[in-house]
Amino acid sequence: MTTVTLMTTALGAVVAQNVFFYMIAAIMVFAALRVVTSDNIVHAALYLVVVLAGVAAQFVLLGAEFLGVTQVLVYIGAVVVLFLFGIMLTRAKVGSEANLDHQNRWPAILTAVMLLLVMAYAVIDFAGDEEIEVINASPTSVQEVSDAIFSTYIVAFEAISVLLLAALIGAIVVARKE
Amino acid sequence: MYLVQFLLLSSVLFCIGVYGVLVRRNAVLVLMSIELILNAVNINFVAFGAYNRELGAAIPGEVFALFIIAVAAAEVGVGLAMVLTIYRNRKSIDIHEVDLLKG
Repeated sequence: MTTVTLMTTALGAVVAQNVFFYMIAAIMVFAALRVVTSDNIVHAALYLVVVLAGVAAQFVLLGAEFLGVTQVLVYIGAVVVLFLFGIMLTRAKVGSEANLDHQNRWPAILTAVMLLLVMAYAVIDFAGDEEIEVINASPTSVQEVSDAIFSTYIVAFEAISVLLLAALIGAIVVARKE
Repeated sequence: MYLVQFLLLSSVLFCIGVYGVLVRRNAVLVLMSIELILNAVNINFVAFGAYNRELGAAIPGEVFALFIIAVAAAEVGVGLAMVLTIYRNRKSIDIHEVDLLKG
């Protein structure tokens, strides 16, 4: 290929990535707003699925394919099902329900908006025009990730397996009937 | 793609999660908002890893995100067990009625 066609292909890839990023980001923000404003608990859990799937799509867009698959498996497959079990076992109403929220929500809105303004200012000030190189970069392979986990981060891996065991036993002890 | 896109997206998700934690009364919905916050952090880890790919940061970013996913799964398990115990003892999971430690 000549240089010109290479450049147009690269440009097309960048445009496609940006289009997909903004589409997924808009869906994610809308679904996240519905998670915190919906007056139906089951609908909130289902909107959470949309947000988590969007996060997985962003991981794939950033070249972290294994992480995207893990996100789908662990979050959409396990955590959301756990949430639905929690909703079912606490006998929430299936339809919409009044007073899921506080009476006065303005302090919370103010806190969230102020926090967003401060964070957005700091982020734009710090990384206003830093580009992520994605054209020539290949996605990280599962082999590299597993090599890192089982060599450099082996201590953290063992610690997290003990943590998961402790959480398992703790959840059984806490939720068990006397 | 610019790094700031991902950082702004994760900031927005984080602030929506903070709003949910502050405003919701149902304990299960508070746990869901905490999941939003943890996912926002994960996007940041992976975005910074991809940004510093030449320095070899892509793999550590992903590994830390994996560890956060594992910790979040453990947190949801224990959290929902506590919510179930509260429901069994008080027949309600409104976090405003749980005020035994309030002086």
